Amino acid sequence: MRNTTVAFVVRRLLQLVPVVLAIAAMNFLLIKMAPGDAADILAGQMGHATLEFTQQLRREFGLDLPLIEQFLIYMGRLLTLDLGVSFLQQQPVLDLILDRLPATLVLMVTAISLAGVLGVGLGVAAARRQGSWIDNLVSVSALIIYATPAFWLGLMLIVLFSIKLDLLPSGGMMQIGAGKTSLAYALDVARHLILPAATLGLFYVAIYTRLMRAAMLEVYGLDFITAARAKGLSEGVIAWTHALRNALLPVVTLAGVQIGHLLGGSVLVETVFGWPGLGRLVFDALLQRDLNLLLGILLVSSVVVVIANLIVDLLYGLLDPRIVHK
Amino acid sequence: MSVVLLVEGLSVHFRTTLGVVKAVDGLSFAIGEGETVAIVGESGSGKSTVALAALRLIPDPPGKVAGGRILFDGQDILTLPDAAIRAVRGRRIAMIFQDPMMALNPVYTVGRQIGEVLRLHLGLSKREVMAEVVELLRLVGVPAPEDRARQYPHNLSGGMRQRVMIAMALACRPKLLIADEPTTALDVTVQAQVLDLIQSLKDKLGMAVLLITHDLGIVAETAHRVIVMYAGRKVEEGSVARIFKDPRHPYTQGLLEAAKWEETEGALLREIPGVVPSPFDMPKGCSFAPRCFAALPRCQQEAPALQEIAPQRPVACFVAQGMRT
Amino acid sequence: MSFLRAFWLRFRNNRAAVGGAAVLALVVLLALIGPFIYPTDPFDMVGRPFMAPFGRYPLGTDVAGRDILAGILHGGRVSLLIGVMATLAATVVGVTVGALAGYYGGRIDDVLMRSTEFFLTIPSFVLAVVLVAIFSPTVVNITIAIAVVSWPSVARLARGEFITHRDRDYVLGCRAIGMPDWEIIVLQILPNALPPVIVVASLMVATAILTESGLSFLGLGDPNVVSWGYMIGVARTVLRVAWWMAAIPGAMILLTVLAINLVGEGLNDALNPRLKQR
Repeated sequence: MRNTTVAFVVRRLLQLVPVVLAIAAMNFLLIKMAPGDAADILAGQMGHATLEFTQQLRREFGLDLPLIEQFLIYMGRLLTLDLGVSFLQQQPVLDLILDRLPATLVLMVTAISLAGVLGVGLGVAAARRQGSWIDNLVSVSALIIYATPAFWLGLMLIVLFSIKLDLLPSGGMMQIGAGKTSLAYALDVARHLILPAATLGLFYVAIYTRLMRAAMLEVYGLDFITAARAKGLSEGVIAWTHALRNALLPVVTLAGVQIGHLLGGSVLVETVFGWPGLGRLVFDALLQRDLNLLLGILLVSSVVVVIANLIVDLLYGLLDPRIVHK
Repeated sequence: MSVVLLVEGLSVHFRTTLGVVKAVDGLSFAIGEGETVAIVGESGSGKSTVALAALRLIPDPPGKVAGGRILFDGQDILTLPDAAIRAVRGRRIAMIFQDPMMALNPVYTVGRQIGEVLRLHLGLSKREVMAEVVELLRLVGVPAPEDRARQYPHNLSGGMRQRVMIAMALACRPKLLIADEPTTALDVTVQAQVLDLIQSLKDKLGMAVLLITHDLGIVAETAHRVIVMYAGRKVEEGSVARIFKDPRHPYTQGLLEAAKWEETEGALLREIPGVVPSPFDMPKGCSFAPRCFAALPRCQQEAPALQEIAPQRPVACFVAQGMRT
Repeated sequence: MSFLRAFWLRFRNNRAAVGGAAVLALVVLLALIGPFIYPTDPFDMVGRPFMAPFGRYPLGTDVAGRDILAGILHGGRVSLLIGVMATLAATVVGVTVGALAGYYGGRIDDVLMRSTEFFLTIPSFVLAVVLVAIFSPTVVNITIAIAVVSWPSVARLARGEFITHRDRDYVLGCRAIGMPDWEIIVLQILPNALPPVIVVASLMVATAILTESGLSFLGLGDPNVVSWGYMIGVARTVLRVAWWMAAIPGAMILLTVLAINLVGEGLNDALNPRLKQR
């Protein structure tokens, strides 16, 4: 069984290659389709937007070569993990991205864990008390949160917790000078993490709660639940061991599908809270119209999605013994 | 012979958007120690509902036990507190279900599911449980029980899954086994094996069995007494020998006629004409009257009550009771 | 009872759905005729900045002295317009692609499925951001960008439906009498495949509105129109002193999206009734 899992992982990672190539090709197309090119932008920045200067820049950047050649050069660079240089920050794109990636991952993992635990817990609780006021409250709350724009929710939470109640920081990842010891540092980051993670996660709490509730209700209609009752098991044991594990399956599947969505959400949430991650980098790149950076982020985030999907699939395989990774 | 299960006037109603369905209506019967009592009927007769009611497993909503008592070992199942009924389920009364693939949890090993009952009711340690699970699997005839215990339901064949269900049911040596259509979902060849297994284990453990089925064949082979149900009511009861030799209720007669067809080559299937009445549109009078070849005018007006036409031979039929009009 | 009538009865009995429909109708009404009744240009500076609501101007003024109510009314138009048009485009493209892939299978299916997988791997919002950033933010471009990231899920759904139906007897019957493919696809299978597509499309309008507001919030909105997301973005810097400037447009988004979701789920329940009892 171990061998097939390893083979499965390897196969999936290999599938990354054509995806990356496709995205890279798309990136290249997008660059070329954009009005104006790198030379124009740079010349404009430098304040020397004369025709000869721009032409000279073009030659330097190789932008006057035939399209096919440019494409091959581009792909070649990609193979050496060279995503180009951010026009305006004058640093390699990949470095900038890798610098910010951990912060985003921390935010995403926290948000999804929060969403998972709360969503599953609330969903099970609501399903067990179907029709009660708890069930209705949970369902209605989930509906409302699901309809709430994440960035607006973040702002409202800032108003409440940061401005009115002054309980939590309104932005950033840490306070300057707060972390002398690594524990103090961790606590400080955690304090700053609460609101953004809650904002990003709440949307998914709503989704997982509703899905979990629906899945539990469906499982409750299956014969093996009645059989479990006939064995004398209590409702609690039935809910948390027999029903839960079966109901989790569709939820885990959905979680995988939504990783891309989560990344998109982090763009907005990180911007609202000034969280120094990839999402915030997107915003900065937008402000400066830094195309190289934007496309680099697109590429890297797609890779993250593929890897995350792989992890979710493995998790699913752990939960459901009927899946055999061939 | 002491009575293990005594059902008195059991009524189970289901609330639906189209009205109230009386799935079981005033049913009474008793099962003695070591006896096998079969309840036969078509689908919709209420027989499966009786099985669920005996363990108080009727889903509420939409179902509800509307009346009656179910006495097991002197206690009324229907009024026991929650903890008490849970102590009975799986331990003193056990149940096996029709489709073993659906009745087993697909994400846990069969060993774990059998072990659950042992741990819950007998408080055995982990090692004791593992040993006992293997023994139980051996007892029900599963080859290589140590390996099988670690497998999942989808790894096993249908017959083997049913054996696992039986092992699960017998783990705590219950006094009463309720078997709800235990062979319906199995291949014909496997059916006989499973029936034999139930028989031998029953004798070995001194269990009583409540057998729910629509298959008269297995009734003839395994049961002592049989109860015939139609549209939620008991219409005839008696020992297997006498019912099969001398059925009195026209419905029972029809069932036996249809069953005989399987044995006679080239014979035409003598079906009972018509269909089971819709529970929302029960006929006035005897519920079987519209389909009955012997119906009297009286049958359309009045519903016949159960009457013993011979000792321990109750029949709910005016014709059987000797009426001519 | 005809299908439509049964559907209508089921929908009507769903109080949440009807409530949602009522709210939605109200929002649409506001968006359509609001700017006629209250003709202030949302870009006009009408008064002092930071005026609170319930004063001279019903919802107050923003950081530049612009009328917030005018912004809400005009913003409603923009959001609804983009939401509906983007969804329409995505649905048309998605159903076409999905129908062809599902009905013909084989090579066409492979190619089409690869492309939807591709789109589903890329984080859709990030892609939308990139597209709008590259091609400059206009209402048309935003609509196209949202449509581009949305069509794959419709295509997947449509494909599934077409695969299910192409092997059904009624289709085989049509083929047996020599009906041309396009007629089978459009006149026979499509009406049967539409109900789930309609449900998904209606929910997609809500998602499109959320995406559009997210884009405007980030500054990628069309600079010539006021949209609710833009208003929130502008209000972000003054949260401390005038939090209502961000709260009001956001509440409108919430209300509209919630209403659409309720209607969409009502449609789902009405079109696919599940047997509640055995």
